[in-house]
Amino acid sequence: MKYAKFLLLGISFGILLIKAEVVSWFRIQEMFLFDSFHMYGVIGSAIVVGAISIQIIKKFNLKSIDGEPIVLKPKPLKKVGNLVGGICFGFGWALTGACPAPLFALTGAGYSIIVLAIIGATIGTFVYGLLQKHLPH
Amino acid sequence: MDFIFSPWPWYISGPLIGLMVPGMLYIGNKPFGVSSTLRSVCSMCVPINVDLYRKNDWKKDIWNLVFLAGILLGGAIAGNFLNSGNPLPLDEATVERLTSMGITDFNSLLPQEIFNWNELFTLRTFIITVIGGFFVGFGARYAGGCTSGHAIMGLSMFQLASLIAVVGFFIGGLLMSYFILPTILTL
Repeated sequence: MKYAKFLLLGISFGILLIKAEVVSWFRIQEMFLFDSFHMYGVIGSAIVVGAISIQIIKKFNLKSIDGEPIVLKPKPLKKVGNLVGGICFGFGWALTGACPAPLFALTGAGYSIIVLAIIGATIGTFVYGLLQKHLPH
Repeated sequence: MDFIFSPWPWYISGPLIGLMVPGMLYIGNKPFGVSSTLRSVCSMCVPINVDLYRKNDWKKDIWNLVFLAGILLGGAIAGNFLNSGNPLPLDEATVERLTSMGITDFNSLLPQEIFNWNELFTLRTFIITVIGGFFVGFGARYAGGCTSGHAIMGLSMFQLASLIAVVGFFIGGLLMSYFILPTILTL
């Protein structure tokens, strides 16, 4: 039962991804071709709400549901890795038209062939795990 | 009722997606992110130990896999029951450009000419699904996060690493959509 809350948050997120159309391959092409504001509006307003929430959490030292102080871990800075990895991710995002969360929402929505992209993404994660030591970061 | 079935404008859906950040912090005291779940999938499927994952890691990340299952279920609910069935209101310039590259069916979320099991053994469907997926998984781990973890969670925390990664996402995406994808679509 302790996992039910994660299931509910996941369900909400999956529904949002579909209703926001951010799972659409066409919407992703529009974004990278700079033809439409839609994706920028979604991501931009999500960041604004996220940033305001974090400021509120910090200011009032809010606690989690278990009563623990909320931990905000900084993202490790590894300039080359962030940039080169980011570019690789961009290639994948523009090809499949989906980043990790939409891959799962689309599969759920019945686009079964996306399973191939999930397998690809798992292999990609696996291969990165093997090469990690040898790549510049 | 119309509102439930029609797509939601960005100024409704975007802020709601932003609430995932405090949502995940509140219910689990965890940073919002999705690509790290693929690491758990690896540790579950591949019995090896590397720096990135160990074979028993997934047992402490069950919450992550449950969150993923939720996304799948949410997709199923929205895709099957909350769907108007109307084509997306896409920009004309994009439609024109894609039409010139042989995409004709704009009625669903993905172009059916490519994302179709009958096309499984064509080079372009293989590249767009499997190779594209590979880049998503590889790039997300190399960069340290995906759209959720870097663009939304990381930028919400004003992290430089996330800003660099998001700039990378757009360099890669732009190069692909403008210059490389047109060639792949002819394969």
